[in-house]
Amino acid sequence: MELDSRIPGGPIEQKWDKARFEMKLVNPANKRKYSLIVVGSGLAGASAAATLGELGYNVKCFCFQDSPRRAHSIAAQGGINAAKNYQNDGDSIFRLFYDTVKGGDFRAREANVYRLAQISVNIIDQCVAQGVPFAREYGGTLANRSFGGAQVSRTFYARGQTGQQLLLGAYQALQRQVSLGRVTMIPRTEMLDLVVIDGRARGIITRNLITGKIDAHVADAVILATGGYGNVFFLSTNAKGSNATAIWRAYKRGAAFANPCFTQIHPTCIPVSGDYQSKLTLMSESLRNDGRIWVPLKPGDTRPPDQIPENERDYYLERRYPSFGNLVPRDVASRAAKAVCDEGRGVGPGGLGVYLDFSDAIRRLGKKTIADRYGNLFEMYERITGEDPYTVPMRIYPAIHYTMGGLWVDYHLMSTIPGLFVLGEANFSDHGANRLGASALMQGLADGYFVIPYTIGNYLASAKIEKVDTSHAEFKRCESEVNERVRKLLSIKGKKSVDAYHRELGKLLWDYCGMARNEQGLKKCLAKIPELREEFWQNAAVVGSGTELNQVLERAGRVADFFELAELMCLDALHRNESCGGHFREEYQTPDGEALRDDEHYCYVAAWEYRGENQAPVLHKEPLKFEYVLPSQRSYK
Amino acid sequence: MNLILHVWRQKGPGEKGQMVRYEAKNVNEDMSFLEMLDVLNEQLVLRGEDPIAFDHDCREGICGSCGFMINGVAHGPQRGTTVCQLHMRHFKDGDELWLEPWRAKAFPVVKDLVVDRSAFDRIIAAGGYISVPTGSAPDGNAIPVPKKKQEMAMDAAACIACGACVAMCPNASAALFTGAKISHLNLLPQGQPERYERAERMIAQMNIENFGHCTNIGECEAVCPKSIRLEVIAFMNRDFLRAKWVEGEEPVLASQG
Ligand SMILES: Cc1cc2nc3c(=O)[nH]c(=O)nc-3n(C[C@H](O)[C@H](O)[C@H](O)COP(=O)(O)OP(=O)(O)OC[C@H]3O[C@@H](n4cnc5c(N)ncnc54)[C@H](O)[C@@H]3O)c2cc1C
Ligand code: FES
Repeated sequence: MELDSRIPGGPIEQKWDKARFEMKLVNPANKRKYSLIVVGSGLAGASAAATLGELGYNVKCFCFQDSPRRAHSIAAQGGINAAKNYQNDGDSIFRLFYDTVKGGDFRAREANVYRLAQISVNIIDQCVAQGVPFAREYGGTLANRSFGGAQVSRTFYARGQTGQQLLLGAYQALQRQVSLGRVTMIPRTEMLDLVVIDGRARGIITRNLITGKIDAHVADAVILATGGYGNVFFLSTNAKGSNATAIWRAYKRGAAFANPCFTQIHPTCIPVSGDYQSKLTLMSESLRNDGRIWVPLKPGDTRPPDQIPENERDYYLERRYPSFGNLVPRDVASRAAKAVCDEGRGVGPGGLGVYLDFSDAIRRLGKKTIADRYGNLFEMYERITGEDPYTVPMRIYPAIHYTMGGLWVDYHLMSTIPGLFVLGEANFSDHGANRLGASALMQGLADGYFVIPYTIGNYLASAKIEKVDTSHAEFKRCESEVNERVRKLLSIKGKKSVDAYHRELGKLLWDYCGMARNEQGLKKCLAKIPELREEFWQNAAVVGSGTELNQVLERAGRVADFFELAELMCLDALHRNESCGGHFREEYQTPDGEALRDDEHYCYVAAWEYRGENQAPVLHKEPLKFEYVLPSQRSYK
Repeated sequence: MNLILHVWRQKGPGEKGQMVRYEAKNVNEDMSFLEMLDVLNEQLVLRGEDPIAFDHDCREGICGSCGFMINGVAHGPQRGTTVCQLHMRHFKDGDELWLEPWRAKAFPVVKDLVVDRSAFDRIIAAGGYISVPTGSAPDGNAIPVPKKKQEMAMDAAACIACGACVAMCPNASAALFTGAKISHLNLLPQGQPERYERAERMIAQMNIENFGHCTNIGECEAVCPKSIRLEVIAFMNRDFLRAKWVEGEEPVLASQG
């Protein structure tokens, strides 16, 4: 396997222009002769399917929910970044690029990130024109806020529902193409395999979730926009259905998986309340603008928060990071919370929580101002916990939120399998080892609206794509493998629930490959996962049949894939003997507990190649070169 | 707490269904309603029985996947709350609850509590968009939008298409859903060029889909988890009427060049 990133030459600000100019074009009249598959209808998938439909291609788009509008992107709260500099506060494309590369702890590709920053401005224009009701000032111009460690105001938002509004914009554009007959939308359908013929991605195998029917779909190119794999941890802020199946199947058919251990843990989530807990809820990062984070000074202090006097509290972020205080980036804030809880100073049930306290802000600004700013979040918190954050400090704890790792793609967003493109959270491309707030929505839409329409045209115009149909032997082989796998899952009929196995796997990963990792723990985890997986295949309780709506079967299939992915994540974490971004290896830290990168040995993308059942995957390295933002140690002190 | 549940069980579309009684024991008050069902389902599976099927995904009240009737009320007793965000502390020991799927001709039952809401997607496809091909947009600040207009549009755009409005309406009307989208787009300057055509086309599709007529009962507003206001229906009706008027005007304008 060779990793050719296909980064265009020339100065960074001209690379994308140059690439676009050099790309081959598909004659408009010929576009309808090409058929494309888009798996996923989140921001990345819906924007791609709609745009490709507009261009005249024949598009089939798939999602597992009952409607494309319900994709996980809908849940994003905070906002989307763009280098518009409408606030005249010193922002620029270069600054957004700089912040993203630095925030990613120097593990992202400069050329990709620069392009993202360039495109960010077009995204806002496009969304406004679609009718996305972004927040506005009294004069009618677009409003911005600052977000997650940025020193400029470049985040656009629609109340606390930015993801919803952006997704509805893309979904509506998609439905327009559906009505024009250019996109066929196939909901409640899950992709279970990728079909590769003569080295090119040529189609997928799907299961209809209502009837159980297994179908084959052929195309000239396949686009995966299936989101992140945070649910490998069982408890995460992702939607319950989010899964890794599509990218994992593609990995097993030859697409390299990059940086699987780079996962993001969000510092402000509502803590776990019991064993029945099915997911974790994010409390927007914006709360840290006014809330102060603290724990009791003494371990084991169980007094209610209002009875702990000021001098017996530890505002540990303000203490450790005087210049950024409560606004340090996510990875730093999460690790600090873990550290105080490990010292026995955590609050709430099980001691896994820290206070996020608004009493100072309420005193200073008044309850009304706080309600205007965070009213809906406070309501959500109260609905879930039954506690009123206006009077009792919130309790928060870090939770898995986002996965920076994903399928390896080149500058054209093509994976190591020609004809297989990967967009959005499913690829690894732009965030390095840590993603900045409000940058995932930007990346998903950049990929879908503005990158793939060019690069896929270039692929179609320059590749020699033979004619095949679903009667091809390889389609038949993949289809029978999928059938066999469904049959095998249904035959387990064990005694322990699929969720119980998933929880156990998640706990292992959280303990050993979560916020802090070390060699010993990772090795232990690598020994335990295969045992647990073995047991799963012997003893998972899978009921019902394959020819009906069977939600247990769906989950079992996803969990089976998570088991395999979990192992790759640990392998990747174990091989990376440095700390960077969300990957914190306890052996590699500065004397005051900060992440210690090793640029000399690890300044590369780790891309793993699948070599078959019971064989170790092979590591390939794409070296990263920094010409515009020189690597430095991130400091928020 | 312990609860008695009566749940609608139906194997598949078009099959006969029935209410089945279950006991949910040791329910924790911090659980969400769906987590309570998860626990029950886990027990059913371990007994080799078919678990209760229900739609859900985000469990944060935003994707619109979840929803069923609890004692005859869409999404249950708490106002402005989807079932995934409804917590068990709002119930008490010994409560008896009846769970049924949305009932509407336009939403056929798929299985148990799962229904087919694809009619909503077809209403959007009929005109619930602004036609602006990627790349053809002017600068975001080129057209200022008064803050008040934007806020009103946002209120309407908050709809999550869960279908509670239809399920609760005695006529099974989709007026709140359709009105919300028409209001969102037609309030904004960007939505003006297609304004009247949009209203006509979406309403026509709504009628094709077997939804009933709106007779201003207001149950939809009362159960809407996003508190979408009845005003959106009035707005829709106004635009529909104006559409007739504008249509009459059009040939004249066209002949003037
Ligand atoms: C609670 C929360 C808040 C967030 N807030 C922000 C924010 O404020 N700003 C920001 O920038 N980012 C935010 N993020 C991150 C951001 O929302 C996601 O990274 C982004 O939306 C992912 O978009 P996507 O299009 O790549 O995938 P998704 O939206 O996850 O879509 C995946 C699609 O793939 C389909 N799919 C998946 N697997 C299959 C399969 N096997 N077969 C068929 N279809 C499949 C699904 O049906 C779905 O349509 C947030 C994330 C969370 C969890
Ligand atoms: S599961 Fe998404 S709204 Fe309830």
